[in-house]
Amino acid sequence: MSAAAHAAALNMPHILLEKTDHLSDTIFKYQLGKHIMATPSQLVLRSDVGFDAGTRENTLEMWQSAVDTAGVNIRYNSEVTAITGAKGDFKLTLGDGTEILAENVIMAIGTQGNPNRMREPGGDLPFIQYQLDDPKAHFDKNIIVIGGGDAGIENALGLCADADQGNRVTLLQRAPDFPRAKDANVKALLSARDQGRMDVMTSTSTVKVEPGWITVSVNDGEERLRCDRIIARIGSAPPRRFVEGCGIEFSSPDREAFPVLSSQFEATTEGIYVIGALAGYPLIKHCMNQGYDVIEFINGNDELKPADEVLFVEKFKKLPNPNDVSGWLNTFRESISIFNPLSELQIREFMLDSDVKMFRPGQKIFERNDIGTSLFTISKGSVEVEVDPNDPSKTVRIEQGSIFGEIGLISGRRRGATIRAAESCILVEVPRSAARKLMSTVPAVKTEIDKIATERSLLQIFGSGLTPADVNDVLQTAEIMSLKSGDVLINEGETSRDIFIIRYGSMVVEKLIGGKPVFLNYLPAGSYVGEIALLDNGQRTATVKAAIKSEIIKLNGDLFEALLNRNERLKAKLEDKFRERRNLNAHIEAQKASFNSVVDLNSSVANFLVEQGLGEATDALLIDETMCVGCDNCERACADSHEGISRLDREAGVSFANIHVPTSCRHCEHPHCMSDCPPDAIRRAPHGEVYINDSCIGCGNCQRNCPYGVIQMEKVPPRKPNLLNWLLFGTGPGPGQPDAEWIKGKASSDKAAAPKKAVKCDMCMGIDGGPACVRACPTGAAVRVSPEQYLTAAKAKD
Amino acid sequence: MASRSTASGPRSQQNFMSHRGYLYFKIAFALCLLAVIAYFASDPTPVANGGTVVGYALGTISLLIIVWLSFLGVRKRLMTSGKWSLRGWTSAHVYLGLSLIILATLHTGFQFGWNIHTLAYVLMMLVILSGAWGLYAYLSLPIKMAQNRDSMTEQEMLVELDALDKNLGKAALPLRKEWVDIVEMTIRQSKIGGSILSRFRRNPSSCGTAKGLAAFKRIQTNLSDKDVDLVADVVAILERKKAILYRIRSHIRYRALLEVWLSIHIPVTFALILALVAHVFSVFYYW
Ligand SMILES: Cc1cc2nc3c(=O)[nH]c(=O)nc-3n(C[C@H](O)[C@H](O)[C@H](O)COP(=O)(O)OP(=O)(O)OC[C@H]3O[C@@H](n4cnc5c(N)ncnc54)[C@H](O)[C@@H]3O)c2cc1C
Ligand code: HEM
Ligand code: SF4
Ligand code: SF4
Ligand code: SF4
Repeated sequence: MSAAAHAAALNMPHILLEKTDHLSDTIFKYQLGKHIMATPSQLVLRSDVGFDAGTRENTLEMWQSAVDTAGVNIRYNSEVTAITGAKGDFKLTLGDGTEILAENVIMAIGTQGNPNRMREPGGDLPFIQYQLDDPKAHFDKNIIVIGGGDAGIENALGLCADADQGNRVTLLQRAPDFPRAKDANVKALLSARDQGRMDVMTSTSTVKVEPGWITVSVNDGEERLRCDRIIARIGSAPPRRFVEGCGIEFSSPDREAFPVLSSQFEATTEGIYVIGALAGYPLIKHCMNQGYDVIEFINGNDELKPADEVLFVEKFKKLPNPNDVSGWLNTFRESISIFNPLSELQIREFMLDSDVKMFRPGQKIFERNDIGTSLFTISKGSVEVEVDPNDPSKTVRIEQGSIFGEIGLISGRRRGATIRAAESCILVEVPRSAARKLMSTVPAVKTEIDKIATERSLLQIFGSGLTPADVNDVLQTAEIMSLKSGDVLINEGETSRDIFIIRYGSMVVEKLIGGKPVFLNYLPAGSYVGEIALLDNGQRTATVKAAIKSEIIKLNGDLFEALLNRNERLKAKLEDKFRERRNLNAHIEAQKASFNSVVDLNSSVANFLVEQGLGEATDALLIDETMCVGCDNCERACADSHEGISRLDREAGVSFANIHVPTSCRHCEHPHCMSDCPPDAIRRAPHGEVYINDSCIGCGNCQRNCPYGVIQMEKVPPRKPNLLNWLLFGTGPGPGQPDAEWIKGKASSDKAAAPKKAVKCDMCMGIDGGPACVRACPTGAAVRVSPEQYLTAAKAKD
Repeated sequence: MASRSTASGPRSQQNFMSHRGYLYFKIAFALCLLAVIAYFASDPTPVANGGTVVGYALGTISLLIIVWLSFLGVRKRLMTSGKWSLRGWTSAHVYLGLSLIILATLHTGFQFGWNIHTLAYVLMMLVILSGAWGLYAYLSLPIKMAQNRDSMTEQEMLVELDALDKNLGKAALPLRKEWVDIVEMTIRQSKIGGSILSRFRRNPSSCGTAKGLAAFKRIQTNLSDKDVDLVADVVAILERKKAILYRIRSHIRYRALLEVWLSIHIPVTFALILALVAHVFSVFYYW
């Protein structure tokens, strides 16, 4: 739209093809009244169409009128289904068969893609629809909703919400349960079914559709159901296939990859330009600026400096000569080995997310045990790693051009060593999300980082003066394996001698005692396992399985043994560990009769906690139900120390053996919530807190991505009168999160129309004394713990 | 194996009784011991009372403790940063509060009468007694409440109750008029919560569900074939409703038990403070 408007302003012949009957479908589909944010705020808008923070409605209206006045040549209901030809002579085929000729094509189709369609016979009948705009528009109908994901469930619930509408709603789900949907949705669905408001059929697949009827296959045969309308919510296909069909290459087969583009957004097919979310820029301002820029490029303006130039000048302001943006970008690209393969556009995009930092000789860059998941690259200078925590004079140097911090990046665990600048340095710090994007778009970068990380974790974990040369042959055969939660890495009793390093995720160790698996140990990322068999007789003495999705480095046992024989100190060190572990095993064997039930309980508690996400937690809130008096002071304290919104829900959540895991953030090692945040507002603080900063745009992605349901979308409530006023005069709602009524009354008088933003626990970051919820518990029921503190060997019990 | 996990078993969490290795118990105990020794070591003339040196000392300490104990109410509601923990405060509160039994009693020198001084003492004992009951509740009820709740939230219980009522309404549709009336009665008269007293009853005699269930059970003994299934449906739903009602009422009851004592503890604390002001004032005024 922004491109078309600029083309119109330049009197370039153009046509804007839009699949739907309105502009900007992604934004059109936002919930009504959603507040749209115009981040990043320092970035100037360069477009013929205006854009500023505001509601969905205002924005759409403003764009519509801008497009109308600019005289954009627009054709609605025109889905492009194929693009053939070459620069100067493209042929675009539309859904209705119309063909359009063009010299250049700008592709700005976003990442929404198309809903999957029904492929059964009759799947093209007109009473099947793939989206439900207004559930209130359906009356007195037999409606079949297909698909048990969140979209399907929400639609079905919407259709039967009001009994007066008289709809008979049936939801069909192929799987026996609802693994893809949010817990809250599944609960609501099942209760709607129990209340008889709708029918739910699981393990049911569709066979064919006829006017007025649908035939489905259930466990014991086929069934024919009446239906006046079918709403199919069976996922959507990303637009990648279509884009590739136009001859455009993506940088890698990875799902997160983007098309390969030149510095002018030109794809591998010359004459096709890709911009916006599809090109990897999800923020509206970027999208609009790119539309303008691309038209300038096509118009022959090669001098145009990108609109983000100012951001770079700001970023480089500590460097000499910050105005030479492209000079600096080139320096980085050439001086840092992992950046070598990047295109100019890629380095630009990715430097936008990164930080440039300068350090004096001897200055600390980070400290052992800091939490940090960013990757550092050395553009100039070199750094020293303090390999021995007890003796800071022992250091290893990392040279210019290389990287460090990669272990934190991969494992999400604390930093393994303190690192200082050895001389004056210029470093580029790449946050985890940008580094991940880089690794998935440029496979060469991933290979390189993986290689360095494996070598370093080997050296770091085993220590003992190993040098890269020592481990070279072991490294050559090292393999990286991925495990899903529950996958078994080692089976008790089998013979094999390989050694495993956990590079990401965590493992639980179990041993069969009296036919029952007993929980022995919890292994976080950065530990190794498998040495018992190597030092003993090759038989595995316990089962090791993944607590969560994990990645393992497998080292060849024979080569590793050879390494041990060469290095006495390492061997002695391993043998110490080995004895420790053997003692634990023996201890458990010896005592199994006497503490069977205790161990049993411990194992099941451990399993329960792992299921509740403690396996990937760094810090979780647990409540001992034998002590909790239900006063909710924890929630009140949280609300009072955080803008009036409690970030924990004490009562919700599950319990086992009197340990209650309330709905509250676990500060995951690899926070799922971070994975898809357009402004990259979710960050990890130096002490491990996962928090959301002010740039949150309220899109709700993090809320959907958190598997533990701990993020809420809330408005900041108005300020309350202070405690003294409440105690003495009863003004205001008192301590804790004010109720909705009070907020409403107050908000209308304050005229505070604050937008909804994502709210989650920040572990009381910056509050002296630490977590308010824990401090405010009068009985000591509430504690915050890390899994290592909690999931311990049964031995600790007696 | 690189077991980075170390000792401290799953259940080694401290509660407010064992806070910091019973630190406050030790302090309170030492205080009491000291007071008893001082009381019997001194030779009061003519009789032991609040006017002797030891009496003054005990009185002052007791007063300070009481004032500090009252501040728990403020601390609990004032979220400030800092290293304090309410668990520690509660721990100290309980032990120091209990120590008052000895400190203040010795302070009186066992001189009781119908006056403001004894009133203050009685009020204090009331606060302490209610606190002791609260302590008992805090220690014994949470586990019962958790077992009863069984991971359900109060909201979920209410939603389930509501759902059952809707099902009842549907199941009643094909029934005879007089039976429908009973069903309606069970929906209307199954109150939860309400007045203070009713919050303590788990099986109130006025419960419509219990009555309705009994009525339908009687009806079941003598039914035509066509009604057997219909009534059985209703009875099944009523059984479920009875169970969930019991659970909700138990929940409310536990909550109430954990809170009622505070409605003696807190107001009497205020009365106590007033009485203490009068007590101190009168002592110095009439001196
Ligand atoms: C809930 C939510 C909230 C958000 N909030 C914000 C915010 O507050 N601020 C912000 O800056 N960003 C926000 N974003 C991100 C932003 O909305 C998107 O990244 C942005 O809209 C992408 O713009 P685009 O032009 O690349 O693609 P889109 O906006 O997706 O536009 C693509 C258009 O192309 C059409 N189309 C697709 N395929 C074809 C085809 N084959 N033929 C013809 N037409 C086709 C589509 O119908 C659509 O109209 C949010 C995203 C979501 C999901
Ligand atoms: C003269 C003595 C005492 C005074 C003035 C006093 C005062 C108070 C006050 C003001 C509160 C705050 C209540 C609230 O705001 O919720 C409180 C709470 C409490 N008191 Fe006392 N108290 C005294 C003695 C005791 C004793 C002897 C015990 C126990 C044996 C006790 C146990 C408790 C408990 C368990 C709480 C609840 C703590 C909480 O939930 O935060 N009190 N008391
Ligand atoms: S919000 Fe959810 S996903 Fe993110 S860190 Fe917390 S628990 Fe993990
Ligand atoms: S740690 Fe702080 S922010 Fe997190 S739940 Fe507790 S009080 Fe709230
Ligand atoms: S503050 Fe402690 S006792 Fe009160 S509800 Fe929270 S966990 Fe339970």
